Amino acid sequence: MSAEIEEPKQREIVQGVGLVQTEFRTLFSADSPLILESGERLGPITVAYETYGTLSPERNNAIFVCHALTGDAHLAGRHSADERKPGWWDGFVGPGLGLDTDKYFVICANVLGGCQGTTGPISINPETGRPYGLKFPFLTVGDMVSVHRELVRSLGIDKLLAIVGGSLGGMQTLQWAAAYPESIHSVICLAAAAKLSAQGIAFNAVGRRAITVDPDFHDGDYYSADGPKKYGEEGPRTGLALARMVAHITYLSDVSIESKFGRKLQHSDQFAYELQRDTEFQVESYLHYQGKRFIERFDANSYLYLTRAMDYFDLAARYGSLETALGRTEARFLVTSYDTDWLFPSSQSREIVAALVKTSRHVTYLELQSVYGHDSFLIEIQQLEELVKPFLSETLRHATKH
Amino acid sequence: MSEALGSPLLGFRATFNIMPTKRYCYTDPEAALIDRLIMDQCRPGQRVLDLGCGDGRLLGRLRDELHCTIQGIELNHKHVVEAIGKGVPVLQGDLDAGLQEIPDGSFDVAVLSQTLQQVLHPKELLIQMLRVAKQALVVVPNFGHWRVRVQLLLHGRAPVTNSLPYDWYNTPNLHLLSILDFRDLINRMHLRIVREFPIIRGKPVSRAWAANVRADSALFVLEHLPN
Repeated sequence: MSAEIEEPKQREIVQGVGLVQTEFRTLFSADSPLILESGERLGPITVAYETYGTLSPERNNAIFVCHALTGDAHLAGRHSADERKPGWWDGFVGPGLGLDTDKYFVICANVLGGCQGTTGPISINPETGRPYGLKFPFLTVGDMVSVHRELVRSLGIDKLLAIVGGSLGGMQTLQWAAAYPESIHSVICLAAAAKLSAQGIAFNAVGRRAITVDPDFHDGDYYSADGPKKYGEEGPRTGLALARMVAHITYLSDVSIESKFGRKLQHSDQFAYELQRDTEFQVESYLHYQGKRFIERFDANSYLYLTRAMDYFDLAARYGSLETALGRTEARFLVTSYDTDWLFPSSQSREIVAALVKTSRHVTYLELQSVYGHDSFLIEIQQLEELVKPFLSETLRHATKH
Repeated sequence: MSEALGSPLLGFRATFNIMPTKRYCYTDPEAALIDRLIMDQCRPGQRVLDLGCGDGRLLGRLRDELHCTIQGIELNHKHVVEAIGKGVPVLQGDLDAGLQEIPDGSFDVAVLSQTLQQVLHPKELLIQMLRVAKQALVVVPNFGHWRVRVQLLLHGRAPVTNSLPYDWYNTPNLHLLSILDFRDLINRMHLRIVREFPIIRGKPVSRAWAANVRADSALFVLEHLPN
């Protein structure tokens, strides 16, 4: 009992990586560009990344975290003491936490095509001196991973202890295993799939359409003449907010949305009988708020590119079969899904697991219970920590044995 | 009385009075003997699936000593975490769900130790085991043991034994079977018993007279009949 009371206090003390900063590295060049899956060439590419903990002299304790659709390199800690919120996986990454920065060197980088420091549609096209907009080349999950692989190499790391990610980040972990089978000792793939389902594509399509029909979209060329303004100040704001509202619903579960909001009204105990009022129910107000916050930190063109990359992702189609894609790596896999996740349902994780079992890979799989739907991997941090800690210790022990 | 009659393996609901029920389990040395017996049926380098693998103890030994490729399935969350801590790959799942993640013929051997009587559909599980593996190793409790018979005969009470250390109303053991019953099922399923080891007082023997009366449990090695 006393242990239960004391534990949260202890966690508070140990928690947190403190102040961190985003770093930048330029990879590839005009002379030796990255050849994208589409065949197009891109270079130089700037990558924004953050690191936590210390790389061991043997360089065998590095963990790379792949962020989800709208995440960024800011995994944990704060950029300044007055930053409103810490990094997106703060409770999971830090001294003594799930990804223990006392033991491991943790890296997270913004994806190619993103809008948080890594080269993307908002970056300046060297050929025109203007932001790329829709002139940015088409990109895939494979391209994102190629860039991150190059970043990891440039940091002097040949083989990662683990590649970790949820959702689109989980798709990237699978792509790492398929494309660079010898570059990883383990894969931690959370709430993900080896291909996006028709339902997932459908929701992405609605989001993209909301952006492209917005009168302020201007075929993606909505940046002001003297360079892009702050997010939320130009471009298809209504469309992007709408896209986020739709997507946000898919990240929740019927249980969580029901218990959080139910049918509660926002302003009164009684209906207003007024159609023009756009926030009668609390859940409406919540979604509007999510949309509003999102446009303050995201670029609409990036949203188009990244959701399309996600749509295209289909490991079995790309490699002939899932067994071929995943059967070449000696990496150990930890796969989890969540029972209330309807965007990336457990059946999709089971497909990954079946392919791994068939090819006699080392795989551990759990369907975890949570009310939080697809977002569970971001929220149920202690549940994850309980699995990830022994998994990583064993992987490290196994990796250093050979 | 229970002390006098109870074997190391078979606890005994002693009297007509309601006595505290003995909750026997295999002691560690006995479990280790059964693990040893199962390991003796496996060849080095085989692919082994353990259904209800617990904390992964047996699989860990198969990996370390016989260099087997291993996979466990376990429902209990605590055990799954323990297995991860041993570096044993494990799928959390219910055996009654039908081994859905396991493709046909993925394993050489599927092990099911002291669990068949606890699943809803034992026959279906045996079919599944021989779908995913060439050989099935099954340890079943023997409720034909003479002490169980005596217990029922003399006291008229449902037996509480090691293999069945629970009261009838609160037990994971859904099916009571004897060695003869099991052989009969295998016969009806048109499967082949490759080997059979009665386990008497915790010790496996290669052959025993009146095994259905004397054995606490038995290990069966099963295969499909050759076509």
